[in-house]
Amino acid sequence: MSTELVLLAVLMAAVTYPSRALPLLAPGIERLPPRALVYLRLVGPAVLASIAAVQTLVVPTSQASWAIHVDVTAVGVVVCLAVVAWRRNLLLGLVAGVVIVAALRFAGIG
Amino acid sequence: MTASPGASPDLRAARRRLLLDTAGIAVYAIGFGFVFGLAAREAGYSPIEASAMSVIGFAGAAQFAAVGYVSAGLPWAPILVLTFVLNARHLLYSASLAPRLRGVPFLGRALMAHVLTDEAFALAATHFHRLGRVDIPGYWIGAILGVFIPWNVATLAGVLLGGAIADPSAFGLDVVFPAAMAGLAVGLITGRRALVAAGSGAVFGVALSLIVGPAMGIVAGGLLGPLVGMAMPDGGGHVVPESDVSGLPVDLDEAVAEMDELPAEGTR
Repeated sequence: MSTELVLLAVLMAAVTYPSRALPLLAPGIERLPPRALVYLRLVGPAVLASIAAVQTLVVPTSQASWAIHVDVTAVGVVVCLAVVAWRRNLLLGLVAGVVIVAALRFAGIG
Repeated sequence: MTASPGASPDLRAARRRLLLDTAGIAVYAIGFGFVFGLAAREAGYSPIEASAMSVIGFAGAAQFAAVGYVSAGLPWAPILVLTFVLNARHLLYSASLAPRLRGVPFLGRALMAHVLTDEAFALAATHFHRLGRVDIPGYWIGAILGVFIPWNVATLAGVLLGGAIADPSAFGLDVVFPAAMAGLAVGLITGRRALVAAGSGAVFGVALSLIVGPAMGIVAGGLLGPLVGMAMPDGGGHVVPESDVSGLPVDLDEAVAEMDELPAEGTR
């Protein structure tokens, strides 16, 4: 069983822990410039949207070559997005996305 | 877990409410932990690796993002940079709690930090606000029973049960990861700037992926999107994003502000 990514988990913890711990353990160290705080707050939506879009739309066509490809997965993601935006409930959105993709494939689409 | 025999009726009542809130959060943590386990399995994680991410990293959205980075073939150094910036919002929660927890021993605060998540903070903030003071056992109830244990058990269940499904795509399960990423992004959009940052991140990510490959495209989208968002006028909205897991019993923005009004541990 592979354990290579355990080291990555440890390193991810090492870069996550200071944000959680430094103000608790060393009060005063949390004071970042306001523009840096604004930037950090915007990284979350930007990086998650970037991952979602790339994972949904970009496929390899050959070695070191990529293209945009739209299939039923994109439909599932859009359905999930719509449900989450409407109901603010990610679990419901995921269920809706999975069901629509499974149904389309069962119908021979995609 | 219940209040100690000598606890006041107010404390017992507050902890009963806390347990109810904790149960609600635990349901979500189980759902998302399971989805993370499935996504990690799809990306090639072994059960040990997936569990290590949840026990040691314990970083919600950043764990999901790491699945995307790993499957895109991103080198570890940019993964760590992105993990750091994605989790930097915890500074706000930690800084908000710090003045209230000065009376807790250093080791206790160090352990509290490891289990400090959006959900743990929200549960603690709500509980402290109801009680009008800090309650250390209440913090542990929310952080451990509400998030840490359910998240980790569900992660293991997801990665193990995912292996029993011969063709996940036949059931539409291959859409879980990108859909979860998109849905989590929506949960973090709390104003015009965040909306523009997310849209720009997606456009930059796809456009640059076609040129330099998905690994660097994802990084570029995550780092350039916020710059475009910052160029927009602030349209209001929350200062602190909502949780990366839906269903919190509290507005985190208000919780941070209310925490400032509470007395420190040991002063009452």
